[in-house]
Amino acid sequence: MNIERQEIEKLATLARIAIDDSTISEVSQRLSSVLDLVDQLQAVNTEGVEAMSHPMQATQRLREDEVTEINQREAFQAIAPETKDGLFLVPKVIE
Amino acid sequence: MHNLTIAELIKGLQSKEFSSVELTQHFLDRIGSLNPAYNAVITVTAEQALKAAAEADARLAAGNAPALCGVPILHKDIFCTNGVRTSCGSKMLDNFIPPYNATVVENFEQAGAVVLGKTNMDEFAMGSSNETSFYGPVKNPWAPDCVPGGSSGGSAAAVAARLAPGATATDTGGSIRQPAALCGISGIKPTYGRVSRWGMVAFASSLDQGGPMARTAEDCALLLNCMASYDDKDSTCIDREVPDYTATLDGSVKGLRIGVPSEYFSEGLDAGIEKAVRAALANLEAQGAELVEISLPNSSLSVPAYYVIAPAEASANLSRFDGSRYGYRCENPKDLQDMYSRSRSEGFGKEVQRRILIGTYCLSAGYYDAYYGRAQQVRKLIQQDFDRAFESVDLIMGPTCPSPAFKFGAKSDDPVAMYLEDIYTVATNLAGLPGMSIPCGMADNKPVGLQIIGNYFDEARMLNVAHQYQQATDWHDLAPEGVAS
Repeated sequence: MNIERQEIEKLATLARIAIDDSTISEVSQRLSSVLDLVDQLQAVNTEGVEAMSHPMQATQRLREDEVTEINQREAFQAIAPETKDGLFLVPKVIE
Repeated sequence: MHNLTIAELIKGLQSKEFSSVELTQHFLDRIGSLNPAYNAVITVTAEQALKAAAEADARLAAGNAPALCGVPILHKDIFCTNGVRTSCGSKMLDNFIPPYNATVVENFEQAGAVVLGKTNMDEFAMGSSNETSFYGPVKNPWAPDCVPGGSSGGSAAAVAARLAPGATATDTGGSIRQPAALCGISGIKPTYGRVSRWGMVAFASSLDQGGPMARTAEDCALLLNCMASYDDKDSTCIDREVPDYTATLDGSVKGLRIGVPSEYFSEGLDAGIEKAVRAALANLEAQGAELVEISLPNSSLSVPAYYVIAPAEASANLSRFDGSRYGYRCENPKDLQDMYSRSRSEGFGKEVQRRILIGTYCLSAGYYDAYYGRAQQVRKLIQQDFDRAFESVDLIMGPTCPSPAFKFGAKSDDPVAMYLEDIYTVATNLAGLPGMSIPCGMADNKPVGLQIIGNYFDEARMLNVAHQYQQATDWHDLAPEGVAS
């Protein structure tokens, strides 16, 4: 299996990972070898087999809708790259 | 003191043979002098450890000491520790100081354990060799030119080198059992949902499970007693009573039916490993267990299914690391998109990026059914294999890995060769079953691991058999050269 350059670029955009132009062929080759491995799945007859997402068939628990956590904004923002007035700062989005 | 097991240390502390401060200082000194050669510990919390040890001594003196009071341990650097850097082996979290403790960390604190520091690991637990850590590879104490296994290679090497008597670890596809095997120690991955994942940095949420590493099964039982708990904060945690795992260690293995899957002894298995594992099975048979040949026909599909499910879940879990709220942010981002993509490509290592890309591919429009959907169906087939096997056997045993510890660089350029390291371990994660590895011999002068797979929540029986095996053998007592003295 071979992944085209265009497809790698699309994946990189979806995953928000910058891939240097010079490494695209290496990335493509490594991803292709992994996809060759997982392509063994295509040969399996899975007709009528239920997909499994949790080993114990557990479902999401519900709880009362009440406040259980205290506000720790200062502690959380103390480790942020940049904050201002209690907000997380990122580069300007809207001019 | 470093040659004593946790069970022996507890006795020594309680009978005041030595104090926790003495013990803690002893291990801190060992970490100081020996760790530079292994790179197993990446953060040492000496000051906090000595303070906790002094408090433990006070409780021991007062006679109200909890189970692990004064016992020094190490935490894998994937468990959030309040005020202490939790890097997950990544540049992305090199500056991350959590404002809270993981439930597992909290449990050990309640039990009076003393935390010496944090152990090295493959970046975001993605690896089977510890070569992907931002902090450099861990060296195997048995053979310094070889890998310790991964991802919990730092915890395994630290326990093997007697830098701590026990350590926490996590296992998504074999990350407790494979390094335990390669470093000649014992480790157990409990049933999915047995140990809280809260505060444990997420890799693949439907597979990740924390568990202990130590030199003996008895010590693993002592640590698991503390580590396992029901936790409201982890929605996949199962509400089920935690038994005292030490209470049943002494039971006989007479009449126990041990399933031996033919698929785990096929092509690709190192001859020395097979010999050691067969000898271990013969030992248990001589103790009265019955060996039953079984088949797990879908075994060969477990690695392909795993390498769809784990990267897919990882790509979703790791989307939170974008340079906005914590962790690494690139210098001078020119706009928001640039900040996201450069923070991620500069903050994540190559293997992590590769898995995110694979996961993104498998989940992207047009491919979901062919990859993720199908892998989840194959997962069901693998679980059904185990369900059928457990109708006629109590436990399943085989090798933990196909070969002994390999040399640095031997597989790092070939992701598929590295992924096949997990060939005997990933199936239990996919099925959610508990798995364990204990030392059972040597091959090429390196340790061999015997894997024990149990039915759901059957950890007590696994630990019991492992303990009985260790009562009859002394592989778990072997130490790498220069470590025991």
